Amino acid sequence: MSAPLPLSLATGSGGALAVAFGVGLGFGWWLERAGLGSAPKLMGQFHLTDLTVFKVMFSAIVTAMLGLFWLARAGVVDLSRVYVPETFVLPQIVGGAVFGGGMALAGLCPGTSCVAAATGRGDGLVVAGGFFAGVLATALALPGMARFYESGARGSLTLDAVLDLETGSMVLVVVAAALAGFVVAEHVEQWKARRLAQVER
Amino acid sequence: MSTRVSPSRYADPYVAGVGLGLVLLASFVLAGRGLGASGAFAAAAATSVRAVAPGAMRGNAYLMDHLSVGGPLHDWLVVEILGVMVGAFVSAKIAGRLALRVERGAHTSIGQRLGVAAAGGALMGGGAVLARGCTSGQALTGGALLSVGAWLFIGGAFATAYLVALLTRRSWT
Repeated sequence: MSAPLPLSLATGSGGALAVAFGVGLGFGWWLERAGLGSAPKLMGQFHLTDLTVFKVMFSAIVTAMLGLFWLARAGVVDLSRVYVPETFVLPQIVGGAVFGGGMALAGLCPGTSCVAAATGRGDGLVVAGGFFAGVLATALALPGMARFYESGARGSLTLDAVLDLETGSMVLVVVAAALAGFVVAEHVEQWKARRLAQVER
Repeated sequence: MSTRVSPSRYADPYVAGVGLGLVLLASFVLAGRGLGASGAFAAAAATSVRAVAPGAMRGNAYLMDHLSVGGPLHDWLVVEILGVMVGAFVSAKIAGRLALRVERGAHTSIGQRLGVAAAGGALMGGGAVLARGCTSGQALTGGALLSVGAWLFIGGAFATAYLVALLTRRSWT
């Protein structure tokens, strides 16, 4: 039998929820360990002083992607049973742009706002509250924007299919891009530190 | 906290990233799905609407989809987010980083910071509904699964985040 296990069948919904809680524990632990519950630290990404956000995000993406790729190759995981988020071209570009503007104002994203709130930060709690209000208001308004919301539907489309590459080649491209990005990130941080030191002198 | 413990340093970002990636991988293998955050808020929103104004649920596929059978505490993402908060609390407690505070720029008042935080949160809420996910469900999870929409989301989000951060950089100095 191959993974993902049909947990709700094997252990009842209690098993699935136990996995949810365990996964959440690990998620929250590592976000806090990395310092991503702190808005000033997160804003360092956008002021180019501290690129932790990029480094954490892309090493996580590469790790999970490589793990899944090799586990599928080894026949341990059946990729057809892992849910790939569907693509809706325009809503995801526009939604992403609106989201990014909010993130730069808040200094936190929804997940890290929960980390911030749980570690005593009032600003994190307020971001989470604002996020809830935004989700609620937009969800209520959604029937009036149905045409836009459903536009550009492409199903579970993946990069390798669009670029007509083997999955393995696509994985290699993402790994190479991430590694190059890490080298650039280290240089940008050093360059920014030198510039700030010059300004102070 | 009566005893003052000097907080320990944050983990190396690459170590934390690999740790986070292994958690994401475990989620794919054990549950057949990745991480999420906005979905938990959508479940809470759907539950609230049904409790306060059930008529507004009619014809709203989004809210109906996010209403979990058996209440929000049986929703996968709600339970996951509760885990996030406990995990973050435990990590901060061990590291001596728990403290009540409002983090803000030196020349920003608490009121200003909280006002901008609420507005930023609300904008993210709008964006996450339109994009069908946020940094967790789209960027991290969809990114690792090579989803085209996830990478479009990452591009859109980072582009405007840099622009807005440039325009508001003085509020953090």
